[in-house]
Amino acid sequence: MRFIDEYRDPEAARHFAEALRRITTRPWTLMEVCGGQTHAIVKFGVDDLLPPEITLLHGPGCPVCVTPVELIDRALELAARPEVIFTSFGDMLRVPGSGTDLLSVKAAGGDVRMVYSPLDAVKIAQKNPDRQVVFFAVGFETTAPANAMAVYQARRLGVENFSLLVSHVLVPPAIEAILSSPERRVDGFLAAGHVCTVVGFSEYEPLATRYQVPFVVTGFEPLDILQGVYMAVKQLEEGRAEVENQYSRAVQRQGNLPAQQLVAEVFEVVPRKWRGIGEIAHSGLGLRPEYAAYDAERRFDLATGPVDESSECISGLVLQGLKKPHECPAFGTRCTPEQPLGATMVSNEGACAAYYRYRRTPQSVTQEDAN
Amino acid sequence: MCLAVPGIIESIEDAEPLMRTGRVSFGGIVKEVNLAYVPEAKVGDYVLVHVGFALNIVDEDEAAQVFEYLRQIGELDELEETEAQGDDALH
Repeated sequence: MRFIDEYRDPEAARHFAEALRRITTRPWTLMEVCGGQTHAIVKFGVDDLLPPEITLLHGPGCPVCVTPVELIDRALELAARPEVIFTSFGDMLRVPGSGTDLLSVKAAGGDVRMVYSPLDAVKIAQKNPDRQVVFFAVGFETTAPANAMAVYQARRLGVENFSLLVSHVLVPPAIEAILSSPERRVDGFLAAGHVCTVVGFSEYEPLATRYQVPFVVTGFEPLDILQGVYMAVKQLEEGRAEVENQYSRAVQRQGNLPAQQLVAEVFEVVPRKWRGIGEIAHSGLGLRPEYAAYDAERRFDLATGPVDESSECISGLVLQGLKKPHECPAFGTRCTPEQPLGATMVSNEGACAAYYRYRRTPQSVTQEDAN
Repeated sequence: MCLAVPGIIESIEDAEPLMRTGRVSFGGIVKEVNLAYVPEAKVGDYVLVHVGFALNIVDEDEAAQVFEYLRQIGELDELEETEAQGDDALH
């Protein structure tokens, strides 16, 4: 497909890797904060092409992974109610709460439906006026315009049996939490391309200056990631800390202004708890008071309270780049995508699940380390 | 989660701005896509689509930037090699 295939050319990838080897003189650690990039890095073996001095860490870039367990438990509670049609993107259906997951609730008779777009959930609500349709609004800045439009259209069209269970998180506050940690190991960031398509990248400029770290807005294909790494390493080698844009075919500095306007109309910035990390101030979106009628947590009387997570899971350290997945004793044994202990194993885009899926069994890691 | 796929707009159904939709082809698979956030998009444009919404028009001029950048750093490297060889010849 055009605008995808050409960015997977192995010959060009080798050239980038070679150029990178030429400019790298010291160890550097970069972090991407996007599950799509994590997945592509591990799937295409981009990290294997890099010089040994360069380490890629996989930050909290997967909204599915960082959705707190108690919110998933609330989704399960809602989905089990006979009057509710519970709608969600496919990637939330297998994520376990403290007991079960949405697919199991469906198997037990709950009306759980996978939708491609939140507007499909609004259509389901229009067709089922005697039922309550709840959409599980999970995502980063990329997905917020779609979810904002669903609520906006529901209100305009008078669809009153529609509501959102909101778990929206924002990337820059999580990056700042990592940067301000005294244990920080990250020298530079690859900023997530599609988040920046929506919100632009001016928010990173004060972070680059304050913490003296380069940011490179980066796309999702292997050549995009290699160029993003190259640009970040070049900045580090030259002692610069700027915000650069590798993904210029899809990102402008100001982002998408009509999308930002509708998000600001429907949502406001709120504190959010991140699974594996804890609460981060100003790190999420919630519905504005004018749209509170569409908030499922207000509409329904929910019993689910806070939940304690497995103490064995080190996903918080993985999300902050302090540990790699295979450094966890439970990785691949007591913790697998089928039976995950925590955030980074629950979705394909989590770092632990990506390592588990593509060649990173503990055996192959040991062999790599031995080499 | 933030996956967005490029597709080409085949037709546009003009409604009021926030309800504007189009039919977008992804390598032959055609889907209805909300175009509210790309008001300037027209038939024949490639748009990046995420959960049924076009988030941006793919900038065709910038699309070759990855290869242009690679050519530049390749050329610069070759230039440096030539200069280095030239320096060697002088000594």
